[in-house]
Amino acid sequence: MAEAQRAPLDLSFTQRFHFHGGLRLEVCPEVAAARPVRHAGIPARLILPLSQHIGEPARCLVTVGERVLHGQCIAEAVGKVSAPVHASSSGTVIAIEPRPVPHPSGLPALCVVIETDGVDQALGDSTAIPDFRQLEPENLLEQLRAAGIVGLGGAGFPTAVKLEHKQPIELLLINGVECEPCIACDDGLMRERAVDVIEGVRILRHIVQPAACVIAVEDNMPEAEQALRDALQQLDEQDIRVVNVPAIYPTGGERQLIRVLTGREVPSQGFPADIGIVVQNVGTAAAACAAVSRAEPLCSRIVTVTGDGVRSSCNLEVLIGTPVRHLIEAAGGYADRIERLLIGGPMMGYTVNTDEVPVIKTTNCVLAVTARSMPAPPPPQPCIRCGKCTEVCPAELLPQQLYWYTRAASYDAAQEFGLFDCIECGCCAHVCPSHIPLVQYYRHAKTEIWSQEKQKRAADIARTRHEARLARLQRIKQERAEQLAKKKRAVTGKDAGDAARQAAIQAALERVRQKKEQSGTTPRNTDNLTPDQLRQIEEADRRRRNRSTHGDDT
Amino acid sequence: MLTAIIALGVLSAVIGLILGYAAIRFHVDSDPVVDQVDALLPQTQCGQCTYAGCRPYAEAIAAGEADINQCPPGGEVTIQNLANLLGVDPKPLNPEHGQHKEKTVVRIDEQVCIGCTLCIQACPVDAILGAPKHMHTVITSECTGCNLCIPPCPVECIHIVPVKTTLRDWSWPLPAESAHG
Repeated sequence: MAEAQRAPLDLSFTQRFHFHGGLRLEVCPEVAAARPVRHAGIPARLILPLSQHIGEPARCLVTVGERVLHGQCIAEAVGKVSAPVHASSSGTVIAIEPRPVPHPSGLPALCVVIETDGVDQALGDSTAIPDFRQLEPENLLEQLRAAGIVGLGGAGFPTAVKLEHKQPIELLLINGVECEPCIACDDGLMRERAVDVIEGVRILRHIVQPAACVIAVEDNMPEAEQALRDALQQLDEQDIRVVNVPAIYPTGGERQLIRVLTGREVPSQGFPADIGIVVQNVGTAAAACAAVSRAEPLCSRIVTVTGDGVRSSCNLEVLIGTPVRHLIEAAGGYADRIERLLIGGPMMGYTVNTDEVPVIKTTNCVLAVTARSMPAPPPPQPCIRCGKCTEVCPAELLPQQLYWYTRAASYDAAQEFGLFDCIECGCCAHVCPSHIPLVQYYRHAKTEIWSQEKQKRAADIARTRHEARLARLQRIKQERAEQLAKKKRAVTGKDAGDAARQAAIQAALERVRQKKEQSGTTPRNTDNLTPDQLRQIEEADRRRRNRSTHGDDT
Repeated sequence: MLTAIIALGVLSAVIGLILGYAAIRFHVDSDPVVDQVDALLPQTQCGQCTYAGCRPYAEAIAAGEADINQCPPGGEVTIQNLANLLGVDPKPLNPEHGQHKEKTVVRIDEQVCIGCTLCIQACPVDAILGAPKHMHTVITSECTGCNLCIPPCPVECIHIVPVKTTLRDWSWPLPAESAHG
């Protein structure tokens, strides 16, 4: 999109635009009680996966048996799109091994397991920066990178990478809209730590240098909005605005929020920075504040524990690596036999098979549900092409077309219909009268396309290597042939012709023969023979003669 | 009459020249069909198709000498892609050439390896590293799983190992279809 074509931003933000579709979902009844943020305490064991972000997994820096302190870097970033991992409490490393992690596959991944000592001894060397304005944006970015900060809204993209941009940024948009109904972690954070949030926003603003800076909250969280306004007043901050947006799911999505506030559309497969906007989650802002002002790496986050499967829903401040079971216990334990344990909300969350999985940087909600509130979905019926999915799709896609193409494994066609613009919000599946698990089809198609692309890259490498090998073998063969020819030329070639050479060889052979004749023809070993041996020789000679005469006859 | 003949004659001469020039200017050395077919093959170089590698098989397909269902590592996906490219009906994999299996790689038991270099000579993608009378090892990331190194090994120290799925290459399963699907 060309710079000139873009209309200037309305900095009053009085107008609200609409994105296509979306749903007005009921807020879970339990969530109201979840508001105050409590500390979940230090669990007996912390399980820290080396990959809690998008990008390369971190490389482990500790060994089994080593004592680690709170805030110590235990795994370093590998490459640019990666993030380090820090010990969230002090203790001893008891294992570095694959453990179940919060992931829809249920596959284990490499984790550092720390047995905590309960002391929570912190790392001494503090590099806290009381006034971040003294630092250049690059130094602040380095600080955020070293603190292992990733997008806490859900995707886990390393924040430092997202903040580095080449385009000039008009708007820094701080996303305080909850991802899904039932999740209240951002609400709790803004109510109780508004000053941290505002301070973090100032740091992000100092890095991004935007023309304007806005914090967006939902219109159903007036307390959070008020807390932010109070904090702005307290810090005497004039240039950050707090606005509210209607609570329509999925306004918490980056693209949808941009649409609602600015009316702009992020290009397909593009980034918000392409249209001069950077979006960051409020949790990320608070983490940035802790990393810069207090030199605290990302060691904890706020997680909503809810669902009718837990006794008392709550917002907990949880150390990264705390097993989910510990959270459930902090929420009063299971209320009933639970049907499913989800990481994330009711719309986009995924089921995990065990409560041994740890909370990672991107975990915003743990949802324990019974069969009563979330019964198993009825068996899917055939698509009747009613078009309801199209009406609610916030990405303006044609979900049923994507469904048909995915089912037929026509991935090219699915991509043409914008498969990769799907944000997997689940609106289409939510309204589908045939109960088709549409999102799972799209997720399958996306991962299948990635895996085919990966295979294609591997095949290209194998082809290059094979061709290089064939070329090398050919070259060696040619070189050998040339060398052989050269040797032959050295022996033959140059002086005199073939006939002269043959004559010389013949002459030499003749000389040898003559020499042999002169030295006598009798073999040496026939002297001094015993009569017995002589008889044997005679017999042998006779046999030979007989055979030769016999042979002549025939 | 004469004008018409001259006009048409001149026209055809001009067009002929243009076509002749285009044939030289846009000449393609290799057969584009062979390249396109080769691009769809998995490049395992295993020879299960009875040809000496993926490219010879691609050449045979392009020449109409080989069928599209002779590549076990590619399986149904490759057959489908080849059928789409060549505009023919897909057919099931010919069992004479083998069964489609999940990708594997090989591993050399380094305690047993005697350093004979025979496997190095057999590897079509130079994925085995070693020197005479020194231990050899497989560069796992480059191994195509063709298993051509296994028969030459005099001490049977090369083993097939499955490639483990990790979080990074895991695929969401396709939802189970109902009876009405």
